[in-house]
Amino acid sequence: MELWYTEQHTDNVRFSIKVDKPLYTGQSEFQRIDVFHSKEFGTFFTLDGLMMVTEKDEFIYHDMIVHVPMATNLNTKNVLVIGAGDGGTVRELTRYNSIERIDMVEIDKMVVDVCREYLPQTACKLDDPRVKLYFEDGLKFVRSKENAYDLIIVDSTDPFGPGEGLFTKEFYGNCFKALKENGILVNQHESPYYAEYAQSMQRAHKRIKEFFPVCRVYQAHIPTYPSGHWLFGFASKVYDPVKDLNEQAWNSLGIKTKYYNTEIHKGCFALPSYVRELLVSEEK
Amino acid sequence: MHSLWQGKAPIYEALQNYQSMRVVPFDVPGHKQGRGNPELVKFLGQQCLSVDVNSMKPLDNLVHPVSVIKEAEELAADAFGADHAFFMVNGTTAAVQAMIMSVCKQGEKIIMPRNVHRSAINALIISGAIPVYVNPGVNKQLGIPLGMSVDDVKHAIEENPDAKAIFVNNPTYYGICSDLKTITELAHSHNMYVLVDEAHGTHFYFGSDLPVNAMAVGADMSAVSMHKTGGSLTQSSFLLKSNRLGTGHVRQTINLTQTTSGSYLLLSSLDISRRNLALDGKNIFNKVSSLAHYARDEVNKIGGYYAFSKELINGDSVFDFDHTKLSVYTREIGLAGIEVYDILRDDYGIQIELGDIANILAIISVGDRELALERLVSSLSEIKRLYTKDKSGMLDHEYINPDVIMTPQQAFYSPQRSVELKESDGHICAEFVMSYPPGIPILAPGERITDEIIDYISYAKAKGCFLTGTEDMSVKSIKVLEE
Repeated sequence: MELWYTEQHTDNVRFSIKVDKPLYTGQSEFQRIDVFHSKEFGTFFTLDGLMMVTEKDEFIYHDMIVHVPMATNLNTKNVLVIGAGDGGTVRELTRYNSIERIDMVEIDKMVVDVCREYLPQTACKLDDPRVKLYFEDGLKFVRSKENAYDLIIVDSTDPFGPGEGLFTKEFYGNCFKALKENGILVNQHESPYYAEYAQSMQRAHKRIKEFFPVCRVYQAHIPTYPSGHWLFGFASKVYDPVKDLNEQAWNSLGIKTKYYNTEIHKGCFALPSYVRELLVSEEK
Repeated sequence: MHSLWQGKAPIYEALQNYQSMRVVPFDVPGHKQGRGNPELVKFLGQQCLSVDVNSMKPLDNLVHPVSVIKEAEELAADAFGADHAFFMVNGTTAAVQAMIMSVCKQGEKIIMPRNVHRSAINALIISGAIPVYVNPGVNKQLGIPLGMSVDDVKHAIEENPDAKAIFVNNPTYYGICSDLKTITELAHSHNMYVLVDEAHGTHFYFGSDLPVNAMAVGADMSAVSMHKTGGSLTQSSFLLKSNRLGTGHVRQTINLTQTTSGSYLLLSSLDISRRNLALDGKNIFNKVSSLAHYARDEVNKIGGYYAFSKELINGDSVFDFDHTKLSVYTREIGLAGIEVYDILRDDYGIQIELGDIANILAIISVGDRELALERLVSSLSEIKRLYTKDKSGMLDHEYINPDVIMTPQQAFYSPQRSVELKESDGHICAEFVMSYPPGIPILAPGERITDEIIDYISYAKAKGCFLTGTEDMSVKSIKVLEE
């Protein structure tokens, strides 16, 4: 018997992983949650059939979504994380002793419960005393905050489903309001490669640019995401992610990472020409 | 509670049966179950086109129902507590016109508030009935028209004892209800019919803790826009009737103007939606109510906005309030409702039902979800943060009492000429002018144009209201009577 997990990356492209055994299937109020074990990628979990996290390549995503903004402003003390139910983003944040508070807002408690049980590799720091978990709509949570955070990380699903509200103008505007005067917003920015994802990415970029004076995009290679080429958005009120990088200070912290380093930091903002063009042309 | 088995959906079942028979069509429509129009099939779907069929024996005939449509009408009547329910496929507009034309002939009077939908005044043009307008009164702060007060109705009846009917808007677009029970008793004691425009009140028949519905208080007819809050397709509607009027007479009146090619897409959508509401309406509208309450509380917490509700109730011109309507007063943040309406659509991708000069209205219905409401609330919060203006200089709308010179029909058919709107003061208007939505005429045929009205129209236009009704598509000139 052969068991394969297949994700439809486009109508005409599929991506498959051979499954060793299925571990969990459940339906929450918002989405279907599945956990599988595979020989190649270890344990991985999906939401509505879409790949979220695998044990083998999650380090790339979590390194890049956390260390880029942190190395840009090492004075970050209050962080808001939206989504990120697997816990990987929080795990990386807890490595900075200087951070005083991490509010994590995940709409779906079941995702967190399932990841605590099946993915301790990412969920291991959710009980850190600095972490406070809120199970509610991120859009609603951020609406009531003003001048409260140094950094907001939006670690969301794609904008079709419960993550839809986290790609909207009202969300980015409310994030701007919730950030302090030197605040940084980093978000999972979809992929430039396939048309549907590229459109989401252009739309997000356009909307963020309406609020933040500094608005950049950086990239990483994530093997299990559609096309493998994934983008992150960096928006801030003051800091430039490259000019304000303090390499020495970050390196002196001695945080050992598997993907991120300060050379990658400087290089990841260099984008392929077609991506630059997409960002300039924005959405039609 | 229901005497018939509401789990049935006769039209829907007959269509399924028709499909399974794989009939070869040599009748209209000419697309022949979609085969003649592949592009349309691709867009609307094979299933949809395959039941876009003509009336035939197994599917009955809307003009003269004897089998499945008749049965579906009986089920609908039972679900709504009516003596009879007519399936309407020409919109609630046709239902409103059929109500008026069933009871008022040329030269007969009908008592109505002036803030009716244009379909009611259209019916007056067709039938030649004479309107007796009751001033609905205005809430000064919000600038919205209210319901009819019982005293005003009494007064109108005393002055016009020969009137044939009283027409009531219940609820209004904004959710305001009149004292329908007392008005009905009053009308009946003077031998007048009660016709109710319940276009926005489908849910009154199924939810709990909602204002009373027309059939429950013994009104004679009601036009119910099933498509507005009940889930059926746009343009489908019910006309409900109680037993004081003959079914045959009303059907003949409907058939004067309704199509003879009744769409089975619309008919089946009414049938299926009626079944859904009869079986599950209570749950559905409880959920709608709680979503509306939540959204209203959150909007009021933002500050600056006022999402109004039952606190407006005053026992008379606001006898009750439909709390599923999310109406929000916006003028305190210096923005006209229509401006907020435009910003929501253009900048936030959110389409709401209407914006007038001081309010917006969002419809919350069977299809809504919490996450979508959160987007609306968050966007309103952002609009306040980013766009708040000084509110001085904003027009404070008062109800403009119309000066009716002649009946709508007489004006519509009189010799006319076109003049510049800004130079039309003093003339008698020959056409409608209204913002759409809500479609309530600012001017109707036969009314005197005044400077106050011209100012109001110019202001509404400048703020971005979509003005309609005039022959001149740009609403710069207006047709007036030759004098």
